[in-house]
Amino acid sequence: MPQLDFALWPPQLIWLLICFTALYVIMVRVALPRISTVIEQRRDRIAGDLDQARELRDKSEKARADYEEALQEARARAHSIAQETRDKLNALTERQRAMGEATLTSKLADAEARIAESKNQAMAKLDDIAAETATALIGKLIGSGVSEAKVNKAVKALHQSGGDADG
Amino acid sequence: MHQFEIKELIPLEIFGINASFTNSALFMTIGVALVSLFTILSMSGRAVVPGRMQSMAELSYEFVASMIRDTVGKGGQQYFPFIFSLFMFVLVLNMLGMIPYSFTVTSHIAITLALALVVFIGVTIIGFVKHGVGFLKFFVPSGIPMALVPLLVVIEVISYLTRPLSLSVRLFANMMAGHTMLKVFASFVIGLGVLGGWAPLAFMVAFTGLEVLVAFLQAYVFAILTCIYLNDALHMH
Repeated sequence: MPQLDFALWPPQLIWLLICFTALYVIMVRVALPRISTVIEQRRDRIAGDLDQARELRDKSEKARADYEEALQEARARAHSIAQETRDKLNALTERQRAMGEATLTSKLADAEARIAESKNQAMAKLDDIAAETATALIGKLIGSGVSEAKVNKAVKALHQSGGDADG
Repeated sequence: MHQFEIKELIPLEIFGINASFTNSALFMTIGVALVSLFTILSMSGRAVVPGRMQSMAELSYEFVASMIRDTVGKGGQQYFPFIFSLFMFVLVLNMLGMIPYSFTVTSHIAITLALALVVFIGVTIIGFVKHGVGFLKFFVPSGIPMALVPLLVVIEVISYLTRPLSLSVRLFANMMAGHTMLKVFASFVIGLGVLGGWAPLAFMVAFTGLEVLVAFLQAYVFAILTCIYLNDALHMH
């Protein structure tokens, strides 16, 4: 078994020392710092990207909130404008209605006054007609004239006693 | 046992000691060159999104780093370069040994024992530097009756002292046994000839797969046991 040939141990051990030391020095000085730098850079980069993504998300969230707020405001303003217009229109119609009503009322009053006047005139003529008719009737019935003043007086008295139809 | 023979390629002598450049030294040099090229060249792009080779280098880095994190925990990262070097060294030498006609450096007890002793002595020094004489309490298990203490201390000390032996023999024996087994079955293939040689050949193919697994596993076991010993020294269980 060549493994137990102790004469061959020194060259193995010496070269083991040389090779392993060389490997260790290369690893410590060159290889491992490179790998750890790259891994760390990647970790930083990922963390940075995540931060940026978070920031952008916050920003978009804020923009959305702003938009919602603006929308709310616009809606409120539209509502108030509509209300105002409605109020204005209501006032206008009210005024026009009132004006129309006033005109009508005055016309009505005029008409009523005219009717009353016509009636009075008619009434006044009625007495004359009644007296004339009465005079004529009496003349025909009795044959002789009767004084117009007497008839007028009688008609007036009759008219004032109540206006009954049997006079 | 021809495959385990050490041949002097360049005879050298320093202060009367044989320091010849042997086939063992050649494969160690190749291994160191491979690991260095792999870890340095694959990272030459320093890409944020790694390619295949770079991911492999990063993967081996993270593999050893997480091994230390899980077994040693706090204070272990300081020893990361040593454990990484140790793991990659043993791994590349085991794997190089899987190539036919190559030489398996780790199938020699001289190499594995030297590595195990470096770990053992280093860890013991770390233990005493960290805890002073208090490190001796490591050999006295807590919560046992006084009468049993002397016996258990003896057992603990023996088990501690056999650590380098078990560590080195495990690696060396696994490597040697696997390669010997392949050699034996290879001779069956030749012996049984064209008619009967197919069965041992099929077995050899499967067994080579297993040996690749063992080559990785033994490197992993060597590294993780080093981590466990380091954890004992740093935190005393």
